[in-house]
Amino acid sequence: MASLLKVEDLNVTVGQTELLHGIDLLIDQNETHVLMGPNGAGKSTLGSAIMGSPEYTVTNGRILFNGDDITHQTADKRAKKGIFLSFQTPVEIPGITMTEFLRNACEQVSGKRMKLWDFRKKLKATMQLLEMDEEYAERELNVGFSGGEKKKAEILQLLMLSPRLAILDETDSGLDVDAVRTVSKGIEEFRRTTGGSLLVITHNVKILDSLSVDKTHILVSGSIAENGGSELVADVLQNGFERFINKES
Amino acid sequence: MAEKIKVDDIDRSMYDFRYEDNVEDHLTTGISPEMIEEISKEKNDPDWMRELRLKCLDIYNKTRMVNWGPSIKELSVDEIVTYIRQKNRMKENWDEVPENIKETFERLGIPQAERESLAGVGAQYDSELVYHNVRKEVAESGVVYTDLESAMHDERYKDMIKSHFMKLVPPTDHKFAALHGAVWSGGSFVYVPKGVKLDIPLQSYFRLNAKGAGQFEHTLIILEEDSYLHFIEGCSAPKYYKAGLHAGCVELYVAKGAKLRYSTIENWSKNMYNLNTKRALVEENGSVEWVSGSFGSHVSYLYPMSILNGRGASAEFTGITFAGEGQELDTGTKIIHNAPDTSSYVNTKSISKSGGASTFRSAIVVKENAVGSRSSVNCESLMLDSISRSDTVPVMDIRTKHADVGHEARIGRISSDAVFYLMSRGLSEEEAKAMIVRGFADNVSKELPLEYAVEMNNLIGLEMNGSAG
Repeated sequence: MASLLKVEDLNVTVGQTELLHGIDLLIDQNETHVLMGPNGAGKSTLGSAIMGSPEYTVTNGRILFNGDDITHQTADKRAKKGIFLSFQTPVEIPGITMTEFLRNACEQVSGKRMKLWDFRKKLKATMQLLEMDEEYAERELNVGFSGGEKKKAEILQLLMLSPRLAILDETDSGLDVDAVRTVSKGIEEFRRTTGGSLLVITHNVKILDSLSVDKTHILVSGSIAENGGSELVADVLQNGFERFINKES
Repeated sequence: MAEKIKVDDIDRSMYDFRYEDNVEDHLTTGISPEMIEEISKEKNDPDWMRELRLKCLDIYNKTRMVNWGPSIKELSVDEIVTYIRQKNRMKENWDEVPENIKETFERLGIPQAERESLAGVGAQYDSELVYHNVRKEVAESGVVYTDLESAMHDERYKDMIKSHFMKLVPPTDHKFAALHGAVWSGGSFVYVPKGVKLDIPLQSYFRLNAKGAGQFEHTLIILEEDSYLHFIEGCSAPKYYKAGLHAGCVELYVAKGAKLRYSTIENWSKNMYNLNTKRALVEENGSVEWVSGSFGSHVSYLYPMSILNGRGASAEFTGITFAGEGQELDTGTKIIHNAPDTSSYVNTKSISKSGGASTFRSAIVVKENAVGSRSSVNCESLMLDSISRSDTVPVMDIRTKHADVGHEARIGRISSDAVFYLMSRGLSEEEAKAMIVRGFADNVSKELPLEYAVEMNNLIGLEMNGSAG
């Protein structure tokens, strides 16, 4: 059976600069992967490249999702296949309410029209789970949201869209303890109810407390320095990235 | 190639259809005094109107062509059939409206809209009113909503019309105002008596449908003291190959304490010259609110003017302009503060894409006597690509120190981060851009009645269609 996500020997550039060099990554269904690495290692680049950001150019290798080559597909096609990216800095869209946006996105991703009533019911329940004030449903998407609210809104989208693979790009950064707990609860819910896989980009482990990690990847200077299991997270926690960086050089 | 998904229900053809008309008596092209006499006779004009038409023609011939703003060199007024008389006379009953015209209107959604919430429809097909119906309750409230031609002969209104017609927009104003005065045909007359507040909007729908036809409808609205009216004017025209001209005129009189809301969505076909003149005179504590959406036409010159003529009078202008390929839309507003404690608030958005050019012009005039007046102008432009143009030309003429006048302008481009963000949630590039534009236009659509807001959003979807790639 094909892996859910297979990244093969991927090189990614922005302008003239190569940011990722020969990345290999394999994620199966119903797995939680963690991507760690020092600042500027290219973690977000990898996440965005898997999502299909036009900012990056793939110069070598390919990305397969469920056996399909998606290397040159646009982000909307990837989203429809079941890839989701929780943005590190979610974008503000003035004049469009959360409800309007989410309903549109749900219909695009599922390819089905959704009854307004059913949609609202699901939205309300999900917002309750994430301890979000109901009025956010009628607020303009991300406009004037605090950092924590923006991250919660990303998880709200994750739960509403139920992707097969969710890439969480530093969803925990800049959050207070309570917010991390709420966001973690949402991520757990996603894993529990959908069986979707996770690629968690983080250099903080609080968010991993409630997740059972299957694989860990260490990214240093645009290359995978080490692959391992959940023990690698503990290792990084204790010793930092020092040994991977030294290994690199 | 981008896929069309969410916008499936917006089909260009719905705006491009037309029927071959069977008008036999297209008059000669170009304008001669004989032609004006003929129109006048056909319309059974009172003497004063016939004389006014001839005077206007004289002024037209003596006035220089507009030489600022977008080029109108390709417009040849003489070649445009200035007057087309439908064989169909006014019909009060929908069943009696000829089938092809009815179908055109039905495709434009007029009867449905009327059935739902609108009080009356005065829809103009070419130059004559063919369908006109005012619901009973509106008539019973004393509100008059009829065509100008018949009102001119009505004992009750004829003096009122004579003393107001082209007094606010005199034929000497500009060349196309003079042309309008000479050949005007069709349009609406609305009279709201003192204290009457009409809570359902009145709607008219203008449309051009004959090849090379000009449209010169006149709208005259008179609000007595402490009355209220919302008037909606919607325009849409099918695609044509020959240059078309729209030189309508709107005159609004708002008496003491009265309030008028005037909403328009214009979607002329992309070869039209829209040289329309709109003006409101507002007395003490009265107010006028313009909501103006300009989507169509090849070239537009459109600057509704509000004259704040009594203490405490106010004007609000909310506008959106969307210029696509081959379009030069020059729009804006002019406000004259001519009394103390008057206020004006202008909020506009303009969008340009695929080489379209949109220019926003505002003129705020605060006269010496307008002490304690306030004015705020805010305009935002969004360019969707690097080949489009957006200009802002704000003019302020302030003659008193005791006024508070502010202006703010912003010009931006669509953010690629925002497009990627929306695409990562399954929206195509086209739909993502359309959503961003819809959001940008949101403050205008909020001002519109629901069915018009829906139409505007559809128009945005339509304009955005094919913007990807």
